[in-house]
Amino acid sequence: MTAFIIYKAIMCVGVFLLCLGAAAYATLWERKFAAFLQDRKGPSRAGWGGIFQPLADGVKMFMKEEIIPNVSNRSLFILGPCLFMITAVITSAVVPWAKPVMINGHMYDMQITDINIGVIYLLGVASIGVYGIMIGGWASNNKFALLGAVRASSQMISYEIPMGIALIALIISSGGSLSLKEIVEQQDAGFANFVWQPLGFLIFFICALAETNRAPFDLPECETELVGGYHTEYSSMKLGLFLFAEYINMFISSAVIATMYFGGYNFPFAHELYEKLGLADGSVWISLIGFGVLMAKIFGFVCLFMWIRWTLPRFRYDQLMNLGWKTLLPLSLFNLLLTIVIEYFRGNIHF
Amino acid sequence: MLGYTITQWLFGILSFLAIMFALMVVFTRNPVNSVLYLVLTFFCIAGHYLLLNAQFLAVVHIVVYAGAIMVLFLFIIMLMNLNADTEPRKHIGTRFIAGMVGGILLFVMVGALRGAEQLQLVQGGASQIGLVKNLGKVLFSEFLFPFEIASILLLAALVGAIMIGKRDTNINSKENTNS
Repeated sequence: MTAFIIYKAIMCVGVFLLCLGAAAYATLWERKFAAFLQDRKGPSRAGWGGIFQPLADGVKMFMKEEIIPNVSNRSLFILGPCLFMITAVITSAVVPWAKPVMINGHMYDMQITDINIGVIYLLGVASIGVYGIMIGGWASNNKFALLGAVRASSQMISYEIPMGIALIALIISSGGSLSLKEIVEQQDAGFANFVWQPLGFLIFFICALAETNRAPFDLPECETELVGGYHTEYSSMKLGLFLFAEYINMFISSAVIATMYFGGYNFPFAHELYEKLGLADGSVWISLIGFGVLMAKIFGFVCLFMWIRWTLPRFRYDQLMNLGWKTLLPLSLFNLLLTIVIEYFRGNIHF
Repeated sequence: MLGYTITQWLFGILSFLAIMFALMVVFTRNPVNSVLYLVLTFFCIAGHYLLLNAQFLAVVHIVVYAGAIMVLFLFIIMLMNLNADTEPRKHIGTRFIAGMVGGILLFVMVGALRGAEQLQLVQGGASQIGLVKNLGKVLFSEFLFPFEIASILLLAALVGAIMIGKRDTNINSKENTNS
C-alpha cells in the first residue's frame, strides 16, 4: 500500500514538473522559432543563447504590479486563471509516458492512471476547459473580455464535436479500447494509427489547434478587435497563468496526438533494437529510450504548432465557424463511415 | 479509520459535498455562482457513479452536463448580465407559501423513504455493467430498440431547435448578399 502511494506520488509530481518545465521552455522555443522564421536572433541575453529566459520571464511576471479591477467579481476573477491552469494540467494524467519499468519484481506503469475511459476523459477535460476562460472573462466586467470569453467558449464547444467523431473513428480502427495505454500497445504490434487514419489525424490536429486557442484560431485574444480578449483586465502572474496554460495545453495536445496517432513511445524496429542491445522487458533503459522517442515526437508537433502560428494569418470569426461546422463536421462523419467500411473489409468489425 | 472503509469515507464526503453544493445553488443570490455550484454538484454525483463502478456514466455525465449544458446556462446568464441585485425580491406571502410547499414535498419524500430499509439492496461495487464494453453490448443488443427511439427523439429535438433558432429567411438572404 505505501509503495503504491509513493509510486503514485512520484508519478504525479514528476509529470507535473515535466509539464511545467516543457511549457516554460516551449515559451523560449516559440520566440526562438519565430525569430528563426523572421530571420532574427531571438532572446539571447539571459544565459547561453537565452537559456535562462523563461526564468527571467517568470520573475518578471511575479514582480509586476498586480491589479484587480474594483468593479470585478473578485473571487471569480482569481478563480478563472487557476481553473484554466488546472484543466490544462490534469489532461496529462492519462498519457502513457514510457514503457512499464520493473522494480523489485513489480511492473510500474509510467502513467499516472490507466483508466479504461481515457479517451472520453480527455474529451471531458477539454470540455470543462472552457470554464476558466469564461469565468475569467466574465468576472473582469469588461466588454472586450466578455466578448473574448464568449468567442473562446463557442469556438471550443464547436470544435469538440468533430474532434469527438474523429476519435470514434480512431477507436474503431485501433481495436475498440478507450484506454490510452492499450491504444499505444496496439500500435506496437502493427502500424501506427496514422496509417489507417490520415484524415482523422488531420481533423484531430485542426481541432487541437482550435481547442488550444492557437493561431490561426486565436480569435479569443484577437488584439486587433478585442484589445487582449478574455485576459484584457489581467496583470502580473494571473496573466502569466493564462499565457502559460496555453503552452501546457500545446505540450499535452502534442503528447496526445503523438500517443494516439503516431505510436507514442513506440518506434519502427524497436524490438530489433532492444534485442541487439540485449535489454529485457521492464528494463529502465527501454523506458528511457521510449520516453526520449515520445519527447522527440512531441517536440516535432510543438514545432508544427509554432510553424503554423508564424505562417498563417488569423481567420475571421465566421470563417472559423464555417470551417468547424460546414467542413470539419461532415468530413469527420465521412471519415467515420469510411473507417467502418475499411475496418469491415479488414475483418475487425463483425455484424 | 474509525471502522469505515475508504469507500465509505468517500461516499460520506461526496454525499456531504453534493448536498452542500446543491443547497448553495439555491441559496446564493448571484446566478453565475449558482451555476458554478451546480457544476460542482454534478462533479460530486459523477464521483458517486465512479464509486458504483459506472465509469462511462460518470465521464459522460461530466461531458454532457458540466461540459455542455451548464456552459450554455453560463453563456446565457453572462450575456443577460444577471447579478445579485437584479434578482427580484419576492413578496412575503409568496415566500411563505413556497416554504410550505417545499416542506410538504420534503415530508412526502421522507415518508416515502421510511420504508426503504426493508428493501434488499444489491451491492453496487461488484457490478461490471457500468464499464463501457458491457454497457455497449447490452445497449446494442438487448435495448437496441429503445436506444434507437431515443436517438430519433434527440434528432427531432435538434431539428426543432434549429427551426426555432432560424431567423426569417428574407432577412437571412439579405445578410448573405451583404457579406
